[in-house]
Amino acid sequence: MYPSKFSYEAPETIDAAVALLREARGEAKVLAGGQSLVPMMKLRFASPETLVDINNIPGLAYHGADPDGTYRIGALCRHVDLEKDGNLVSEQPTMAAAAPLIADPIVRTRGTLVGSLCHSDPQGDWASVMSALGGSIVAQGPDGRRSIPCIDFTNGPFQNVLAFDEIAVEAFVPAPMGNRAGGYLKLERRVGDFATVGVAVSLEFSGGQVARAGIGLTGVGPSTICADEAAEVLVGEDLNAASIDRAAALAAEISQPRSDHRGSEAYKRHIVATFVMRILSNLQRTTQEVA
Amino acid sequence: MTSLFAVVPAESSDDTPVRRITVSVNGKRHTLDVEPRLLLAHMIRQGLELTGTHIGCDTTNCGACTVLIDGAPVKSCTMFAVQADGHEVTTVEGLASASELHPIQEGFRDEHGLQCGFCTPGMMLTAKALLDENPDPTEDEVRWALSGNLCRCTGYQNIVKSVILAAARLRANNHVEEDEAP
Repeated sequence: MYPSKFSYEAPETIDAAVALLREARGEAKVLAGGQSLVPMMKLRFASPETLVDINNIPGLAYHGADPDGTYRIGALCRHVDLEKDGNLVSEQPTMAAAAPLIADPIVRTRGTLVGSLCHSDPQGDWASVMSALGGSIVAQGPDGRRSIPCIDFTNGPFQNVLAFDEIAVEAFVPAPMGNRAGGYLKLERRVGDFATVGVAVSLEFSGGQVARAGIGLTGVGPSTICADEAAEVLVGEDLNAASIDRAAALAAEISQPRSDHRGSEAYKRHIVATFVMRILSNLQRTTQEVA
Repeated sequence: MTSLFAVVPAESSDDTPVRRITVSVNGKRHTLDVEPRLLLAHMIRQGLELTGTHIGCDTTNCGACTVLIDGAPVKSCTMFAVQADGHEVTTVEGLASASELHPIQEGFRDEHGLQCGFCTPGMMLTAKALLDENPDPTEDEVRWALSGNLCRCTGYQNIVKSVILAAARLRANNHVEEDEAP
């Protein structure tokens, strides 16, 4: 038994879970999929006094679109639920591209998207995807619920802005302005390794023009990078070679990679540009085919 | 009721919180008192003495400790035993019947799908979850499904062949059963 001792609670309502967090006054952790938390507890990087297991709370394992197009992912939606959803590629193409690349297949059976966002690992794939999509996290505390945009959610490596008595109960993506397109590419040395570089691109097309664009970068900074300037050059025109080149160059410029055993700074910047270009060129081809 | 303290002693026994759980392992119900921090892999190996579940990396990478929880593959070193309360666990010991090997085990034997054998239980359980869902996988699909299980002998070619052979035999068995059905 490697983890430190803790008391285990498995409440059956969110209110009961919040009350337990409140009692623990910051010394509790929420357990959902546990695929990051349990390894950290085994290494004693995390030693919570109380573990609040939310797996017995019904009604959190959902994902899907509201009638108005808002896409919601509950706190107990596992990576595999997204990976195996055949509608995801049309409804949320950026998420559909990322889902099969999270960790490895066995981790994906338990790990959750919302938990991954809460873990706030700079190398977490979902944070880039959700930032590119302009997504938010819904936190529930003693005074009710509030929404926190994903770009404001993480305030440092492995840190987020949740109060000690709040639980992230959902992530959501607002309805698109037109048709969605997007992709996610990840360079990893082997399945399950942390991303050397990951790039998430989300586009919303209206009348053949890009109405909204988002680019999120994984693993090339102290936290997820939202390459807003790069995304901005795509907006207001059709997807064309010049804007794609410009976006790729800007994304590489905005990234802050560090040389390490996974590659040099220059190499990682090169991969950022290559991935942005590859995703966008691919989308350019498919949108032209449709048109 | 079995206490796991005999085999997995707590650091201090006086104020140790204990939870009573009921878990089905390979179809047999067990009621156990466990400390919350006891990992599922340790409950299986030390508590229930089912040592077919191997612990390789202990860091959620290698997949040697894979078991099925309600039919889905899970790394048992990355789950607490208390979380298995009320669930069904299948370990490698649950594959074979009293008289014969499971077709997946036969596949691994016939195609030399194991060398040192350490990764094999995890490989076979992940393969079972795959074949339960997809009885006729392509080679790519097998490789994809097994990508969270590492073989340090690097015997992947034969592991993939073993799963493909097992899939074919399972399909043939099911056809026979269907034909024999009244």
